[in-house]
Amino acid sequence: MMPSWRRRAVLAAAGVALLAGADAAAQKRSGYLDAGPQTRAMQDDDGANPGFLWVERGRALWDEAPRRTDGGTAQSCAACHGEAAASMRGVAARQPAWDRTAGRLMNLEQRIDRCRTERQGAAPLPAEGEDRLALSAFVGLQSRGQPMSVAIDGPAAPAYAQGRTLFETPMGQLDLSCAQCHDRSAGQRLAGNVIPQGHPNGYPIYRLEWQGMGSLNRRLRNCMTGVRAEPFATGSTEALALELYLARRAEGLSMETPAVRP
Amino acid sequence: MGLAAALLAMAGPAPAQAPVAPFRVQGDGIAQPLAGLAGDVARGRRITADRQVGTCLLCHAGPFPEERFQGTIGPDLAGVGTRLTAAQIRLRVVDPRRLAPETIMPAYHSIAGRTRVGAAWRDRPILDAQQVEDVVAFLATLRDPS
Ligand code: HEC
Ligand code: HEC
Ligand code: HEC
Repeated sequence: MMPSWRRRAVLAAAGVALLAGADAAAQKRSGYLDAGPQTRAMQDDDGANPGFLWVERGRALWDEAPRRTDGGTAQSCAACHGEAAASMRGVAARQPAWDRTAGRLMNLEQRIDRCRTERQGAAPLPAEGEDRLALSAFVGLQSRGQPMSVAIDGPAAPAYAQGRTLFETPMGQLDLSCAQCHDRSAGQRLAGNVIPQGHPNGYPIYRLEWQGMGSLNRRLRNCMTGVRAEPFATGSTEALALELYLARRAEGLSMETPAVRP
Repeated sequence: MGLAAALLAMAGPAPAQAPVAPFRVQGDGIAQPLAGLAGDVARGRRITADRQVGTCLLCHAGPFPEERFQGTIGPDLAGVGTRLTAAQIRLRVVDPRRLAPETIMPAYHSIAGRTRVGAAWRDRPILDAQQVEDVVAFLATLRDPS
């Protein structure tokens, strides 16, 4: 006979398992699991994952001293941050985050770009440009395997609420919300594609359809033009709020940067 | 094919007449053809199967052996002409949210309450009145073999 305190503990554990089973939303599922076996195999092997071309470029840029716009030579990222494996570990897993100096949310790319322009005095890296993707992929890789975990309290709370509203608001000529596809229809087929839960845990990603690397914002623009909506511009308040909501929604999922997706 | 490529660039010519035809709902259908137009079955089949125009196969499967990629979100359209009258089909295409407010199926002949519509698609419904009538005429021919 099991002592009663132990029985209670076992029953409580079973109760938790039941609850999790009953609440589909509690079962977070990376888009990795909805990709085909070949796509998954590509992601699993760093040597076959095309995203590592960007990672390697990012590694080189990390150590490189770029030209300053005033003609001088800047310090490299490494000069200030040292070994990325130590200094950048876990950084990507907590983005976007409220920035006290800027007084707004910032995502990883914006942080990199701020160092680039303000601390290195170099020209900004254009969004979706290879260098920006390369540095994000390299910094993002340092969080691979870490659980996503963003702060949504304090000054970030209103943005989180805005992000949730955006996620649930139908938009575009097709009048569909993110939630209608990614909460309520995840696992169904939209034409040939399995609808994933829509988690941002692998960005920037190498997407087979793009034949290239792209940011989370590019992915969201694809979904939004898909429903014939005007996409949220990169770095806009709306885009950042939505990214924060998505990151929180994915809380606990392991980072996969650079992920491979169909 | 990905979603954006699938849905982008529907871009038929903008309809010359008022974008949304008036209609009257009776029971769970719209008995009168929109704008008194007659539908064309062959055109309706093309619209239904074309993922840039009807976009129906994103969510539905149907008797289209030539289309490899069909959706599983809505019911299979095979046999829909046996299950539903033309009037019932018309309302389900024009504005299914009148029957099921929470449905994911878009209202194909409505512009009410749309937000953030991309410039290329603003102020016009997904299907014009003629296209709706073509689709209705076609779906009504999808009978269960009996
Ligand atoms: C009509 C359905 C639909 C709507 C609406 C939609 N998406 Fe998607 N989304 C998809 C599909 C399907 C994919 C899978 C990729 C593909 O093959 O196109 C996807 C992929 C994604 C991904 C990538 C997940 C990964 O594993 O990398 C994210 C993130 C995402 N969507 C977020 C959103 C957000 C945010 C919105 C609203 C602004 C939205 N989606 C609206 C269907 C939709
Ligand atoms: C002159 C010094 C300097 C240089 C050069 C520099 N950084 Fe920074 N970086 C900083 C400082 C200071 C911070 C702010 C630390 C903090 O947020 O408290 C920072 C913050 C960051 C963060 C956010 C860290 C976090 O925990 O939120 C990232 C990511 C980053 N830098 C990447 C880069 C990259 C990539 C480069 C090169 C393109 C670079 N930095 C170049 C000084 C520098
Ligand atoms: C984004 C998803 C989606 C798209 C796109 C879509 N449908 Fe639907 N459709 C559904 C769902 C889901 C239902 C089930 C009814 C409900 O949700 O209440 C449905 C129901 C129907 C029905 C009723 C079927 C029955 O057996 O009761 C018809 C008819 C229909 N759709 C036709 C169409 C046509 C024609 C198109 C394109 C012009 C289309 N649908 C596009 C999702 C969709």
